[in-house]
Amino acid sequence: MRSYRLRRIAGRFGLYLSVLALISPALLVFLWMISLSLKTEIDNMDYPPVFIPHPPTLDNFAQVFARNDFLTYTKNSVIVSFSATALALLVGVPAGYGIAKARATRAAMLILIARMTPGLSYLIPLFLLFQWLSLTGTLVPIVITHLVITVPIVVWVMIGFFEGLPAELEEAALTDGATIWQAFRHVALPLARPGVTVALILSFIFSWNNFIFAVVLAGRETRTLPVAVYNVLTFEQISWGPLAAAALCVTAPVLLLTLVMQKEIVAGLTAGGVKGG
Amino acid sequence: MADTITAQSAASPALALRHGRNYARRYWVFIVPAALVVLTVIVFPWLFTLYMSVHEWHIGGTRSFAGLANYARLFTDDRFHWAVLHTLYFTVLAVVAPLVLGVAAAECFHRNFRFRAVARTIFILPMMATPVAIALVWTMMFHPQLGVLNYLLTSVGLPPSTWVYDSTTVIPTLVLVETWQWTPLVMLIVLGGLASLPTDPYEAARIDGAGPWTMFRLITLPLVWPFIVVALVIRTIDALKAFDTIFVISQGGPGTSSETINIFLYLQAFAFYDIGYASAVVAVFFVLIVAISLVLLGVRQRARWQ
Repeated sequence: MRSYRLRRIAGRFGLYLSVLALISPALLVFLWMISLSLKTEIDNMDYPPVFIPHPPTLDNFAQVFARNDFLTYTKNSVIVSFSATALALLVGVPAGYGIAKARATRAAMLILIARMTPGLSYLIPLFLLFQWLSLTGTLVPIVITHLVITVPIVVWVMIGFFEGLPAELEEAALTDGATIWQAFRHVALPLARPGVTVALILSFIFSWNNFIFAVVLAGRETRTLPVAVYNVLTFEQISWGPLAAAALCVTAPVLLLTLVMQKEIVAGLTAGGVKGG
Repeated sequence: MADTITAQSAASPALALRHGRNYARRYWVFIVPAALVVLTVIVFPWLFTLYMSVHEWHIGGTRSFAGLANYARLFTDDRFHWAVLHTLYFTVLAVVAPLVLGVAAAECFHRNFRFRAVARTIFILPMMATPVAIALVWTMMFHPQLGVLNYLLTSVGLPPSTWVYDSTTVIPTLVLVETWQWTPLVMLIVLGGLASLPTDPYEAARIDGAGPWTMFRLITLPLVWPFIVVALVIRTIDALKAFDTIFVISQGGPGTSSETINIFLYLQAFAFYDIGYASAVVAVFFVLIVAISLVLLGVRQRARWQ
């Protein structure tokens, strides 16, 4: 009996040890990012590295925000991610419903193939298109290209949710003389609200994180945050503190959203392995 | 390019059967707006790429019909061949490592323990974080003299690594970042599979005196296999397409030693403005991705029938 108990304790200990080993790489990177952003330049260039900032300083953040173009880029990112997500919901939610109801597997396949295509391959033709329409230099091209990411996410998540709904309620509404639009608007849509939330969060996050479209399409005034941070790295004297502070500012909204909406995000991702990029 | 690959549940077959095909067809109205968007931003680029790929076309320069010359050029371009090899090397590593770790992680997170929710949230953060921001932090960590990683290695008695500053270590190092970032996705997919498993076989096996490893090998692995294959397909597609972290951390260097097809494509299109040739690269790249996906989906079909 005693050996059984011992083995149980050892097993428990092993489990906690494995979990610690699993989360420590994530902890290392995020804590190191925070540490770099809170230290003076002298501490950041010290070797062996200084782990705990003493005393912590907010100078790096002040430096990032002192450059007013960083606020412009934040505004750009907010506009792009919100517009791309809103437009995707507007067209994607009904489409998910239509595909689920009509069981249009071929339309679903198209979305799958779109997912397989590298983002860069959309970029060359769209780049030319925007030049011809003389839209370069505005945020419009960036919003439109982000639809390449957000529309498939929304459609795919919504197909899954609408297929999971019981058909009886809509059938009852249709039998009572409702049009299919009314059945969608007043019966299916309210039931699928959790699905809309999941689609909204995922499409916002992957649009916010996107780098490849804006790095090609954005001009000086229309950079999104990931591009702005990348440019800090390439074109300026590298100083780690402000760079880490800027990186933290860019990814913080997404990390906070993940912490708050963890359940919805996990549900959406396990439903299908949604990913942007 | 987001999306998913999961078994689709059957959509209310009762409803469709009762009303017949015409009934289902009425729902196409709902799809029209999205279809228009998809046509403009997804299908139009595909077709236009094919058109460009048979032309000699430079941005700001002349263009003329070139037939299959761009494709022929791909066959003789050594830099492209190396890019294909780098991509395949990167992909194999960046699929296997997250799959093995992800399955192990799912096995851990499937159990009940205190702080499980907190630990799981921390574990999935890398996948949601902005790739460019993360890539910058890794770049600072890889610094050969001042980087924290070499400090950690030497403090436990290991030799320092050259990380992304040497052509032999750069791809494994980029795989390390990719693994750090995407193991959580594999974990979530497999965890979903584990949650759906019946408990009876485990009880029967326990009565028969099976150990944990035997149970994992003979019960868990075969039952979650379809989920592992889904994760395999998703990981393969994503690894083939990897761009952000490679572009930020190594820019394909040193030299061209970590130049994947995607980086090669970027340079042809937006550094050399040779978009005719770049379009041919896109077409070949696309065929490669679809071919590999179909092979893996074939594996998936077989997994389902077993």
